[in-house]
Amino acid sequence: MSLNIIVCVKQVPHPEHFSRITLDPIRQTISREGIPAVINPLDLHALEEALRIREELSGKVTAISMGPPQARCALEEALAIGADDAVLLCDKSFAGADTLATAYSLACGIKKLGRFALILCGNETIDSATGQVGPQLAEFLGIPHVTSVIQIAFEQGSSLIVRQALEEGYMKVRVKLPAMLAVAKGINQPRLPTVWAIMEAGSKEMQIWGASDIGATQDMIGLEGSPTHVTGIFERDTTRRREILEGPPRQIAKKAVNRLHELIAT
Amino acid sequence: MNEVWVIAEQRLGKLMSVSLELLGKGTELARQLKVGLAAVLLGDKVRALSRQLVCYGADRVYLGEDPRLRLYQSEVYADLVAKLVDTHKPGIVLIGATSIGRDLAPRIAAKLKTGLTAHCVELRIVNEDTEKPQLVQVVPGWGGSLMVNIACPVRRPQIATVSPGVMTKCDWEEREGEIITLAVDVQQELRVETLEMVHEERTGAALEEAEVVVAGGWGLLSAGGFELVEELAKVLGGAVAGTRPAVDSGWIPEHRMVGQSGKTVSPKLFISVGASGAPQFTAGFLKAKVVLAIDQNPNAPIFDVADIGLVGDLCDILPCLVTELKETGLRI
Ligand SMILES: Cc1cc2nc3c(=O)[nH]c(=O)nc-3n(C[C@H](O)[C@H](O)[C@H](O)COP(=O)(O)OP(=O)(O)OC[C@H]3O[C@@H](n4cnc5c(N)ncnc54)[C@H](O)[C@@H]3O)c2cc1C
Ligand SMILES: Nc1ncnc2c1ncn2[C@@H]1O[C@H](COP(=O)(O)O)[C@@H](O)[C@H]1O
Repeated sequence: MSLNIIVCVKQVPHPEHFSRITLDPIRQTISREGIPAVINPLDLHALEEALRIREELSGKVTAISMGPPQARCALEEALAIGADDAVLLCDKSFAGADTLATAYSLACGIKKLGRFALILCGNETIDSATGQVGPQLAEFLGIPHVTSVIQIAFEQGSSLIVRQALEEGYMKVRVKLPAMLAVAKGINQPRLPTVWAIMEAGSKEMQIWGASDIGATQDMIGLEGSPTHVTGIFERDTTRRREILEGPPRQIAKKAVNRLHELIAT
Repeated sequence: MNEVWVIAEQRLGKLMSVSLELLGKGTELARQLKVGLAAVLLGDKVRALSRQLVCYGADRVYLGEDPRLRLYQSEVYADLVAKLVDTHKPGIVLIGATSIGRDLAPRIAAKLKTGLTAHCVELRIVNEDTEKPQLVQVVPGWGGSLMVNIACPVRRPQIATVSPGVMTKCDWEEREGEIITLAVDVQQELRVETLEMVHEERTGAALEEAEVVVAGGWGLLSAGGFELVEELAKVLGGAVAGTRPAVDSGWIPEHRMVGQSGKTVSPKLFISVGASGAPQFTAGFLKAKVVLAIDQNPNAPIFDVADIGLVGDLCDILPCLVTELKETGLRI
C-alpha cells in the first residue's frame, strides 16, 4: 500500500509574542507586524504522524497551507522536517477568510492535487483555536472525519481504527479512507529537522497557487465567502474590586478572610 | 417565527450539563425574540431525557431514536441535524463545546454553508424588533484581554458553540412540552463508525461544578510543590486547578488546566496562587463571583482581575490563610 497523505499547516504568531498582537480598531483586523511566526504546534504533530505512516507503509507527504506570502516559511520548515512537497495557496482574494472560506479554499487546492488517502490537520490552532477548519474541509471534500485523534492504527483493507479523546476517556472509531483526521497533542512527539533534511529540502518543490489556479469561486473565498464577520472589538470589562492588601502575612490573611465572608455572603 | 435550538448531548444515556446550561441561555434569547425554544436529542432509548429538557426550558423536543444512534456517530448525527435545520429553519442553533460538540458543529455548519462561532462567552440579541434580528456572539479575542463581537449577518441559522460552565441553567420547573418523534433512517453503511465509548473516571472534584476553585501557577515552584494549594482547597472543600506551566510541569493533570485552551469555570470563589495573570489564563474564570489572588509581584496583571489581592510570598501567606479559614470556618 502506498498512500498520498496531505498535511494542513497554518502559520501562526509565536505564542510568546501574543501580547504584542494588536487589533486595528478601525479596520478591525489583527496587526501581526514584526511578530515572529511558527507552524501551529498541533500541525507539527499532524506532520509527524504523516511521516511515521509514510515510513511504515510508504507513500508521499504533501504539506499545504493557505496564507500570505510569508507563510512560505512554514512550508519550508515542513519540507525540512520531511514533507516531500508543498503547496501554498496565496492570493489577495483569500484574505479575511473565516473557517468556512478557509476550508473551501483548502478543499479546492486539495482537489487539484489529485488522489489522496488521508488528510491530517491539527485539532485546533493556537491563534483562532476554533478547530473548525478540519471537519469543514472534510465536508467540502465529501469524506468522513474524526477530531481529537490520539492514536491511529491501520486495519485490513482501507480503513483505520482511531482513538478519539473525550473529556473522560475516549471513543474507538473505525473510519474508511479517504478521511480527514485532526490530531491532538498526545498522539506523538514531533521530530526536529536534521541538518541533512534541511539541505535536502532546498531541492524540493513548492507550488504557489492563486484562486484561479484552483478554480475557486470568488463568492466562496476570502471576506466575501465568509458568513461570519467581526462587528466590534472592545476592552474586557474587568469589574473586579481590586482591593490590594500588603503587609505581614498573618495580618493580610486575616483581612482577606474577613472580606471573603462579606463578599461571598452578598 | 424562527425558533432557537439547542442540540442536546447525551452520553451513555445521561445528559451533559452544558446542554442544560444552553437551555438556560436559550430561554433568554427565545423570550427576547418572542419565539419558541426547542431541543434536539439523538440517541437510543433516550425518550425519558426529554422531560429534563422540557423542565429546564425547552418548549419542544425533536427526538430521534435508533439503536445505531446509541453512541455519537459523526456522519449520521450531522446529516440528521442538518436536514432537520433545513426543514424547520431555526434562527439560532446552540451547541455545547464538548469534544463531541466540537466534532459535530463544524460539520453541520459546512453542510448548511452558514457561520459558526466557537467558544462564545456571551450571546445576546440586537435589532430584535426588525426583520432580521442578529445574534451577537462574544469571544475572547487575541490573548483574551480584548473581546470580539462576531455576527453572521446574512446566512441562517446562526450557530455558536459554548463551553461547559459558561452559561447558567434555569431552575427546574414542572411544565409540559411537545415531543416530536423524528423518523430516523440509518440504512447507509457508515464510513465512520464509533464502535465503543470508554469512560475513564477522573479523580478529584469536577472543576466545572465546583463552588471553590484553587488554581496554582508557576510560582509554586519555589514553594516546592502543589501541597499548599491542595491544602487550601481542602479547607474550602474546593477543587484544585492550575495554569499551563503547572500542567506542563506535571503538577496537575491536563484536564485541570484553567484558561483559553483549558477549562472555563464559574465558581463562587476562585483563588489564584503564584500565577501572573496571563489573559489566556484569566479568560477561564471571567464569571467567578469572587476572585482572590496571591502573588509576590505587586505589578502582576492578576491583580487587575482580582477582587482581593494579597501581595507577598505564597509560602508565607498560604499557611496563614489556611489557619485563618480553619478558625473562622468560611462556608461556601
Ligand atoms: C494560545 C495560547 C493558549 C494558552 N492557554 C492557556 C490556558 O488555557 N491556561 C493557562 O494557564 N495558560 C495558557 N497559556 C499560557 C499563558 O500565556 C501563560 O504563559 C501562563 O498562564 C502563565 O502561567 P503562570 O502564571 O503559572 O506562570 P508565570 O507567568 O511564570 O507566573 C508565575 C507567577 O508566580 C509569581 N511567584 C513566583 N514565586 C512566587 C512566590 N514564592 N510567592 C508568590 N508568587 C510567586 C510570580 O511573581 C509570577 O507572577 C496559553 C498560551 C497561548 C499562547
Ligand atoms: N490557513 C490554513 N492553511 C492550512 N491549514 C489550516 C489553515 N487554517 C487551519 N488549518 C488547519 O486546520 C486546523 C484547525 O484550525 P482552526 O480551525 O483554525 O483551529 C489547523 O491545525 C490546520 O491543520
